[in-house]
Amino acid sequence: MNAIAETAVIKQHLIDPEICIRCNTCEAICPVQAITHDNLNYVVDASKCNLCMDCISPCPTGSIDNWRSMPRIRAYSIEEQLKWEELPAELPPEELEGLVDADPEAAVAPTPAAPPAVVKDPSGQETFNSSAFGATLPPWSAAHAYSNIYGPKATQKTVTATVVGNVRVTEVGKTAGSDYDTHHIVLDFGAMPFPVLEGQSIGVVPPGVDDIGRKHHPRQYSIASPRNGERPGYNNLSLTIKRVLQDHDGDPVRGVASNYMCDLQVGDKVEVIGPFGTSFLMPNHPRSNIVMICTGTGSAPMRAMTEWRRRLRASGKFEGGKLMLFFGARTQEELPYFGPLQSLPKDFIDINFAFSRTPGQPKRYVQDAMRERAADLAQLVQDPNTFFYVCGLKSMEEGVVLALRDVVQGAGLNWDTVGGALKREGRLHLETY
Amino acid sequence: MSTINYSEKIPNNVNLSEDRTLQRALEGWQPNFINWWDDVGPEGSTNHEVYLRTAVSVDPQGWAQFGHVKMRDYRWGIFLNPGDAERKIHFGDNLGEKAWQDVPGEHRANLRRIIVTQGDTEPASVEQQRHLGLTAPSMYDLRNLFQINVEEGRHLWAMVYLLHKHFGRDGREEAEALLQRTSGDQDNPRILGAFNEKTPDWLAFFMFTYFTDRDGKFQLSALAESAFDPLARTTKFMLTEEAHHMFVGESGVSRVLTRTAQVMNELKTDDPAKVRAAGAIDLGTIQRYLNFHYSVTIDLFGADQSSNAAIFYSSGLKGRYEEGKRSDDHVLKGQTYKVLEVKDGKLVEKDVPMLNALNEVLRDDFIADSVAGVNRWNKVLEKAGIPTRLTVPHKAFNRQIGALAGIKMSPDGRVVSEAEWEAKKSEWLPTPEDFAFVASLMGRVVDPGKFAGWIAPPVMGINRQPVDFEYVRFG
Repeated sequence: MNAIAETAVIKQHLIDPEICIRCNTCEAICPVQAITHDNLNYVVDASKCNLCMDCISPCPTGSIDNWRSMPRIRAYSIEEQLKWEELPAELPPEELEGLVDADPEAAVAPTPAAPPAVVKDPSGQETFNSSAFGATLPPWSAAHAYSNIYGPKATQKTVTATVVGNVRVTEVGKTAGSDYDTHHIVLDFGAMPFPVLEGQSIGVVPPGVDDIGRKHHPRQYSIASPRNGERPGYNNLSLTIKRVLQDHDGDPVRGVASNYMCDLQVGDKVEVIGPFGTSFLMPNHPRSNIVMICTGTGSAPMRAMTEWRRRLRASGKFEGGKLMLFFGARTQEELPYFGPLQSLPKDFIDINFAFSRTPGQPKRYVQDAMRERAADLAQLVQDPNTFFYVCGLKSMEEGVVLALRDVVQGAGLNWDTVGGALKREGRLHLETY
Repeated sequence: MSTINYSEKIPNNVNLSEDRTLQRALEGWQPNFINWWDDVGPEGSTNHEVYLRTAVSVDPQGWAQFGHVKMRDYRWGIFLNPGDAERKIHFGDNLGEKAWQDVPGEHRANLRRIIVTQGDTEPASVEQQRHLGLTAPSMYDLRNLFQINVEEGRHLWAMVYLLHKHFGRDGREEAEALLQRTSGDQDNPRILGAFNEKTPDWLAFFMFTYFTDRDGKFQLSALAESAFDPLARTTKFMLTEEAHHMFVGESGVSRVLTRTAQVMNELKTDDPAKVRAAGAIDLGTIQRYLNFHYSVTIDLFGADQSSNAAIFYSSGLKGRYEEGKRSDDHVLKGQTYKVLEVKDGKLVEKDVPMLNALNEVLRDDFIADSVAGVNRWNKVLEKAGIPTRLTVPHKAFNRQIGALAGIKMSPDGRVVSEAEWEAKKSEWLPTPEDFAFVASLMGRVVDPGKFAGWIAPPVMGINRQPVDFEYVRFG
């Protein structure tokens, strides 16, 4: 996950006023005080919600579990939500389209050959809703994740980390004038507890105040290093952060947090909250397979999981299953960690790249690469020991889940049955922004 | 053979194993609890595996674990919300002082009474609902009933823990007595009136869980403010579970209304006889059930003027609903509150000292919260194009407790003569015929995804499962 506040389209968390019984459980449990209410409705503040999911399972009604893709700048305000008598429908795609074009790594899902089948999703909408298949439970063999150790509701509100590394991890940005680059930043927590797992994220609080004098709200970044540290045995972790230099209309704008982070020097201090996330976690049992699908900085959690498996393999004490990676970017030059990925043994990880803007080459997206590997994916998806992880731009999520559906149906299986099982058993994890 | 880990015999987050005496006492009470469950818990459910939500810890990840378990194997345990060593008393005469971790001697009797009264309601509702499983309108509803039952059992555990830990021998005796009183028993009834009423059918159950469990919410909220920290922490955690109970009531009535409106529209009729003939519950009957459960429930808040309420507040034992969100002085001395009384055959308001009127304050908070839900029910009718609206009756209607007890009052707030009351009673409160009709609809429907004809399916399943999921596996 990358800075929610700096992406064009967010998955906005909303409460269905028709089903909610105003029991206050969600407001009482939210670690970042994103939920509030009046006499009519309970509502979620999009600028505070960090998608930690703590409120989901305790809700007795299921009303808490509603999501709408929204242009960030048009996210429903608290004031709007308080007046609702029912949830608004999803925005039509044409309203959302174009909003992500400005993003160099936006992979626009190609139109599927056949119209997607009508799927009854939990919200009762009769359209294909990819996020309906995302699990909210972790794999059965996931390690226990600590979350919200630091935050508005914790005893200690923030913890200070020290920058111990900051390097560019893309070819892009090496030459003057093209600083649209991605950085690998290492934070060290010294003696302060900050236990994390692969797939979790942290919040960074940029210093200073915004245009109207309010303290900046935290931005969320996925952790790119394994549980035992960027450097094994050290209390540190790494992040993958891309500079935001233009808004979704292509106009110049400097993302507050991403530029602050990319410009940090070794020795600088950063205020951090978190960790967040208790379901996008990797399996730990022997011979469990991991299929990773990502674009751009969505590779952060994939790097974390891959590196943990690599370290386990090196220890010789763990029998890992298959690792498969589908990695999309505009060009090879913009792909973070391209070099290090190339040096991983082929019998350890099966890597599939998809570049959408390589000159002289047809556009290729991650879902195209997935369809090419349908035979192998069909085998994997039927194995209860296989876990799927999707991270990157919201615009790719639907294409990826549709590709997975095609793979399943191509193998003569029923998607509703298989997709339902993937969700129920905590085997398909979607983290898109 | 693995050795039994005795610290796990009673799941808890209160370091029970460090207090061997307490642990032994509670382990001694445990078999009696299981016997009570077997004797008067849900009838004929011993071999069912039920898709239950179990708390394994109090953090968001731990307290909503779903899975099929036999109810007897449900992990009843003792869970308190995390404590704050620096917590201060935030109302009453001791405002600003440190919250108590132990019971101060001068408040012992009152605290014991509060905890016993609250504790007594928990097993009572299980007893009241024990036959409902035999007439469940669907497997989904059956699961919800069982979820409520096991959680009421856990709430009993929560109160028994406080009695055992903080009240010595008296507490242990009270804990035994909680299992000896029985709802509706002539000789040894439950403490509060509403908990000796029958819950004869599912409409009554939905009304009970909507109104009476909401009383639970308000009582627990008031106790969650207590200066006695263990009581505050245990009731805070109970509140998270109570939410599901109110959901069952609110959504249950809502689904009954959905089905009734559908039948009325299909038949293009508002004639109760035709609606009944079509196997749905007419709106008049629903309104009468509502009147009954509402009036019985608001009696639970106690007398409108009560010196006990003043003492409980000033001494810090029991706060107001959302005490922390109120912006007054939290001492309330010299302030007044309006209560109702009848003068010369008319209802009049009079100012009384606020401290003495705190039962009424809590009752009025409850009323506001109840009305909001009734308005949501009315939206169901509005959407279906049905002009009828449900209303809550006047708060002086059908009261048995306080200054308004015994006054003959119509639901719309008119003081009426004895003759008019007798003539109209059957329009205002459920009649034996109403009960007989609703009982006639109560047939057991338990095939996954099937629903009785008098109720609509829910909008969504439990824990994102489909509506036709196998919520109960019959052993």
